[in-house]
Amino acid sequence: MSMLTVSGSPHVHGDSSVKKIMYTVVIAMVPAMLVSVYFFGLDALRVLVISSLSCLFFEWLIQKYLIKGPVTIFDGSALITGILLAFNVPSNLPTWIIIVGAFVAIGMAKMSFGGLGKNPFNPALVGRIFLLISFPVQMTSWPEPKMLFGSMASQPDAMGGATPLGFLKEGLKNSTVPELMSKMPDLMMDFIGFIGGSLGEVSVVALLLGAIYMLIKKVITWQIPFAYIGSVVVFTGILWLIDPDMYVDPLFHLLTGGLILGAFFMATDMVSSPISPWGQIVFGIGCGVITILIRIWGAYPEGVSFAILIMNAFTPLLNRWLKPKLFGETIKAA
Amino acid sequence: MGILKTFSLGGVHPPENKLSADQAIEVLPLPKQAFIPLNQNLGAPGVAQVQKGDVIKVGQLLAKGEAFISSNVHSPVSGKVLKIDNVMDPSGYRRPAVVVNVDGDEWVDGIDRTDTLVKEIKLSQKEIVEKIHQLGIVGLGGATFPSHVKLMVPEGKTADVLIINGVECEPYLTADHRLMIEKGDEILVGTTILMKGLGVERAIIGIENNKPDAIKNMTELAGKFKGIEVCPLKVKYPQGGEKQLIKATIRREVPSGKLPIEVGAVVNNVGTAFAVYQAVQKNKPLIERVVTITGKSVAKPGNFMVRIGTPIRELIEKAGGLPEDSGKMIGGGPMMGKALLSMDTPVVKGSSGILILRESESKRVDVKNCIRCARCVSVCPMGLEAVLLAQLAEMEMWEESEQENVMDCIECGSCHYTCPSGRPLLDYIRLGKSKVGQIIRNRGKK
Amino acid sequence: MNDVMIFSVISLGAIGIAAAVILYFVAQKFKVIEDPKIDEVEEALPAANCGGCGFPGCRNFAEATVKSANESKHIEGLNCPVGGNDVMTTVAAILGLEVEESKPLIAVIRCNGSRENSPQKVEYDGPATCAFAHNLYSGEGGCQYGCLGLGDCVAACQFDAIHMDPVTGLPVVNDKCVACGACVKACPRDIIELRFKGPKDKRIFVSCVNKERGGPAKKNCAVACIGCGLCEKECKFDAITIINNLAYIDYEKCKLCRKCVPVCPTNAIHELHFPPKKEKPVKPEAAVKEEKPELPASKEETDKGGVPPEDAKPGNQQA
Ligand code: SF4
Ligand code: SF4
Ligand code: SF4
Ligand code: SF4
Repeated sequence: MSMLTVSGSPHVHGDSSVKKIMYTVVIAMVPAMLVSVYFFGLDALRVLVISSLSCLFFEWLIQKYLIKGPVTIFDGSALITGILLAFNVPSNLPTWIIIVGAFVAIGMAKMSFGGLGKNPFNPALVGRIFLLISFPVQMTSWPEPKMLFGSMASQPDAMGGATPLGFLKEGLKNSTVPELMSKMPDLMMDFIGFIGGSLGEVSVVALLLGAIYMLIKKVITWQIPFAYIGSVVVFTGILWLIDPDMYVDPLFHLLTGGLILGAFFMATDMVSSPISPWGQIVFGIGCGVITILIRIWGAYPEGVSFAILIMNAFTPLLNRWLKPKLFGETIKAA
Repeated sequence: MGILKTFSLGGVHPPENKLSADQAIEVLPLPKQAFIPLNQNLGAPGVAQVQKGDVIKVGQLLAKGEAFISSNVHSPVSGKVLKIDNVMDPSGYRRPAVVVNVDGDEWVDGIDRTDTLVKEIKLSQKEIVEKIHQLGIVGLGGATFPSHVKLMVPEGKTADVLIINGVECEPYLTADHRLMIEKGDEILVGTTILMKGLGVERAIIGIENNKPDAIKNMTELAGKFKGIEVCPLKVKYPQGGEKQLIKATIRREVPSGKLPIEVGAVVNNVGTAFAVYQAVQKNKPLIERVVTITGKSVAKPGNFMVRIGTPIRELIEKAGGLPEDSGKMIGGGPMMGKALLSMDTPVVKGSSGILILRESESKRVDVKNCIRCARCVSVCPMGLEAVLLAQLAEMEMWEESEQENVMDCIECGSCHYTCPSGRPLLDYIRLGKSKVGQIIRNRGKK
Repeated sequence: MNDVMIFSVISLGAIGIAAAVILYFVAQKFKVIEDPKIDEVEEALPAANCGGCGFPGCRNFAEATVKSANESKHIEGLNCPVGGNDVMTTVAAILGLEVEESKPLIAVIRCNGSRENSPQKVEYDGPATCAFAHNLYSGEGGCQYGCLGLGDCVAACQFDAIHMDPVTGLPVVNDKCVACGACVKACPRDIIELRFKGPKDKRIFVSCVNKERGGPAKKNCAVACIGCGLCEKECKFDAITIINNLAYIDYEKCKLCRKCVPVCPTNAIHELHFPPKKEKPVKPEAAVKEEKPELPASKEETDKGGVPPEDAKPGNQQA
């Protein structure tokens, strides 16, 4: 018999592990990956593979040669960053730009803060914003969905390569909403994914599938996505009721752009979101409001990434202000 | 049965592994030598009443608890006092104990050793409390808080309900479970005594739903007693925590930093109720208790009636010896128990079980960076931010720890159990608690 | 474009000037009249802010010395262990006072329960902090007084003066130690003591803090002090007392005669930095003979300066 071990209680451990959580998220992203490949063809596959591999590579490089610590690239977190980054770029993005994005995401946004768990911002989003600012042209010229099998004719020509949100933003300068809407594919198309956009943004159905899986597996909690989406609906709903000519209805906002992707997959990143349920709700609402502010009045047609990054910055504050409910009200001895 | 009651905040579901649930309680033979620690309760240690060379009988007073929160210790065996020496306690620290060479089994007069059930309670409220004090009854759930102190309701507070803890939420342990099946009547008489001692009309016995036979037995028997109801509870750890149990059964929340009496409730364990029955009705001091010996590799897991002071070695041998692949020996359950250093550690009043883990189960998982998943926060039954408390302790920020209510932690271990990164959260929180506790005590002195 | 630039320059300049003016007045208004000597004293201090003097930082210590000098014309009881005599003399000179030379101190580890002397009985699996482990259990070797080897003292030292020896699992102090006392406070088991550094670093001390009776003490550790009293009898200067089965050598009284060292049956008394003994008294235990000659040798290494503790040999050479 070997030596007895002594340690503090508890002496058993639940079956949760970082790996499990991370790979659950990866599995949840599979439907959206398949859809993106289906709609954008092999180009999408290229983006996904390059992005994931370069994220893993940079993490390995930094852990092995810079930090000289243990290499933990298989814990799944770098893979998630890679996939999310791919989800956030157009499918025709040049390979070298993807690699730059991966380097920024892993090297700057994650490892420089000390690796998994220490990064204040969602690495994939940092990578994406960096690319968006540095390579605006490449990052916003969306290819039309060209299906893997056969072609698709549902995208009206009038839109060119723009996303519905971009199209709307441009169009609103000299037109009204109903007029523009008639030129766009109907919302059902948005829902399934027959629209232009970044890889992971297009199919709401696939994203929701993954989201439900994550909720069932308790990898994410309902607070952030629901607060996020709820606040978007309420906010845009009010505006829409005020002036349907100037503002689109909430459903359109929900189904286009990266809202669903952001709400379920990026805002919920546990490292950079608040800890307490109330903090998470406020976080979600903040994301929603900022998203719409940017979408409607900002310079960019899409505001999800910025909104989440901005709220990431507030996370420490929210953690401090909104504490979880304590058992029994606190009576502090004077 | 409808929706089962439970507490609302946090909680986890560790695998139950109640291996010994069907094993009837057996009486463990007397040891050759008994080691009876002088301090077996929360609070001040007792003062030895015997000397080296004394010939003592079962039930004789060994140590007297003189402070308010302290209790008497009686001899569980008869024989000659070999010495009063330091003996290893569960944490490996050597503390004073009476070592007795066991000889026969001679009892002091006046103890009723028969099994006949005595239902009629003759003593008055005051006499009951005094009896419980004299015969050294302490909480047998593990915390070993002297029971008579619990019965003395402080000035200005009133108790209106007694809650009997039959939850046994710790995995593996089955001592209370067996007791409820085999000694139901005695527990109920004990409960009635405690009700009288406390001056309340109502008692609730909380039992988790994973013990349907115990629930059935207790509900049937309770019909014959006035004011006692059985409350089945949904299985959730740590329901056996006093505050959680009160919340689960009567939906009251004990304020942070206060005792249950604040909301009019007093909690006692079923084992304690049984011990109270024996003390008050049979004049038998607390000299033995039911101990579960269990573990996946243990040949014969079981429940034993063990005299206090018996080295756990005897218990382990009775259960088929220490398995080859043992890696950890735990006094108590896997969630809150203490890792033991040696088989010479004696059974004490607070020992509810001995759990032997396999080597493969003994090592902790690798510690990784916190991924801020907030699981530790969502499972904390006290609503604490375990991750923050652990960080503060690591950085030695004791004042902040106090502000974050570190003292509220009931050390249930749910946070560590659930952390995907395997962070030793409770270890650091315990450190924080001990430091903050020291600071608070020093403040009191000034 | 030019307009914009000029405008920016002017506005920024204006803001700067305004801020400067405000700052000046605020500084004037809240200026605290302080004894200039405090600054001078602070200058003279090592600026380690280690707390060894008992104050939170060097500044506070400077304030306290100046206050004491002004009010009671002495600075007794105030000492900067890091700076030592030199600094204290300078400080005294600044304040127009004189100080007595105090003998320099050094941290001493009073436990020799290495893996070899106190074999491992259980394995600890938990966070590497002595404070927690101390609350949890007695120790891997079973001694409830001995070093837990998790290095709280190492973490506490700001002067890089104490390191864990990976072989013995015990901390080793090197000559960077300035006797600030941080490790003494950090150790939950009160193992570390500040003692006279001694002439040429010569020190004699009991390397054990076990208060158990002989039997149980020896059971866990081969080199435990068993409180037999032989050293107490041997000492001509009444420097050794035995309390709670534990010998203690008063460093103020000890004359470093080394008489007590060989009489200890468990070899619990350590001598440091002494030249090798010419003739060794025959001792009952063979193990003792083997260990003895190692002592001076390893000392030389340390004297040559900065041999990292990783290279140190197991045995009883921690000081
Ligand atoms: S459960 Fe573990 S990983 Fe998650 S927040 Fe708490 S300490 Fe961090
Ligand atoms: S051990 Fe303390 S902090 Fe952790 S879950 Fe239990 S009560 Fe909360
Ligand atoms: S070894 Fe101890 S006394 Fe010496 S400098 Fe380091 S902390 Fe201070
Ligand atoms: S001397 Fe004290 S603080 Fe240092 S390692 Fe040993 S027990 Fe820990």
